[in-house]
Amino acid sequence: MAEVVVRTTDLAKQYGEGENAVHALNGVTCAIYSGEYLSIVGPSGSGKSTLFNMIGGLDRPTGGSVFINSVDIAQLTPKELAFLRCHTIGYIFQTFNLITVRTALENVVLPMLFAGLSPEDAEERAMKKLDLVGLGHRYHHRPAELSGGQQQRVAIARALANDPAIVLADEPTGNLDLKTGQEIIDLLRRLNQEEGVTVISATHDHKMLGVSDRIFHISDGKLERIEERT
Amino acid sequence: MPNDVRATAVKDTDPPFWVAWNQALASIRVRFWRQAITTAGVGLGIAFFTSMQIQRLADTSTDLGAQARSAWLAGTALLMCLVGITNSMLMSVTERYREIGTFKCLGASDSFIVKVFVLESLLLGFMGSLLGSVIGAGAMVAVVRMQGTAIGVGAWLQVVALGTGVGLLMTVVAAIAPAIQAARMPAAAALRVDV
Repeated sequence: MAEVVVRTTDLAKQYGEGENAVHALNGVTCAIYSGEYLSIVGPSGSGKSTLFNMIGGLDRPTGGSVFINSVDIAQLTPKELAFLRCHTIGYIFQTFNLITVRTALENVVLPMLFAGLSPEDAEERAMKKLDLVGLGHRYHHRPAELSGGQQQRVAIARALANDPAIVLADEPTGNLDLKTGQEIIDLLRRLNQEEGVTVISATHDHKMLGVSDRIFHISDGKLERIEERT
Repeated sequence: MPNDVRATAVKDTDPPFWVAWNQALASIRVRFWRQAITTAGVGLGIAFFTSMQIQRLADTSTDLGAQARSAWLAGTALLMCLVGITNSMLMSVTERYREIGTFKCLGASDSFIVKVFVLESLLLGFMGSLLGSVIGAGAMVAVVRMQGTAIGVGAWLQVVALGTGVGLLMTVVAAIAPAIQAARMPAAAALRVDV
């Protein structure tokens, strides 16, 4: 059995208080293994995004715990949480979320500088990451000068900057046309198989489900069913 | 396990100063016109404030009523300029909550994010306040001279220095208050904010 990278126990999240409280998550217990390609699916409002945010240490649970590499992230100070995000998790978003005022190369370099690399080493490594996603030739362009698919490739290179244990992708194909979306899915799958990156993705996209090792079906804030695929 | 946060000593993880400095410069350079409008907002407020200060200096009458009126005008000008600057800076920071959330995802510490906004607002605040002070005070010096009152260069420079100082202080305070709030938010909340 592969090593567990993420584990949640009885995870709950409630927005608001009292009668108006919304229970976005109602006790989710799950384990995610190193090197797998996992998709989280569910209708809007099912708690899918909330689960995604909790696993990524982007939000604090109101009940239960999230363990990343056996560390309970609720116990971390803001500084330790920043360290975890920097070294252990890479994020990819539907809206790409590149830093608009910096070039593709600078976007990939930034997390490396946060990790304490020298600028020379960071640039060299960032160029390798951009080559890996097929964008080495456009490193000096700013996001506004790149297409959606190219921006998402930069975002993937940036997510891989510090060789994270987990890559979290929130609807990574949601803002892309079919063909570009397929290219991004192929790229993620290739990185998963060749580089051994654990990919966790929240998605509606059927093409994305097709390449998954496992699928978590979320409904009404609960983990309803785990689909194993071979 | 190399990825174990607890096993690795989490020292001061902030990158060197120039990383924040470059980010602040890039933000001013690339968003030049947007930032120019923010700076103009700061400058106009300060120009109004310094011009009222000069007028107060020019008013040498011993009439208590006239003195009170000058003081009232100068006070109102200060208040309006404070509100104007706060509004400009609040707008320019809150429209960038998503950028702040993204920085958090990349592993930036809260203090790094605040540092970027402090540097940016120092640069914008200094430019805006200095230009506004020179123009506002200068214009009013010319006006009162035409009315027959000469304002010395020393007094003029004092008003410019006062205006620049007040403007700079207000700009930085008005920028870092929302920046600190945004930096402390959970990253998911900052990313959700749409302005």
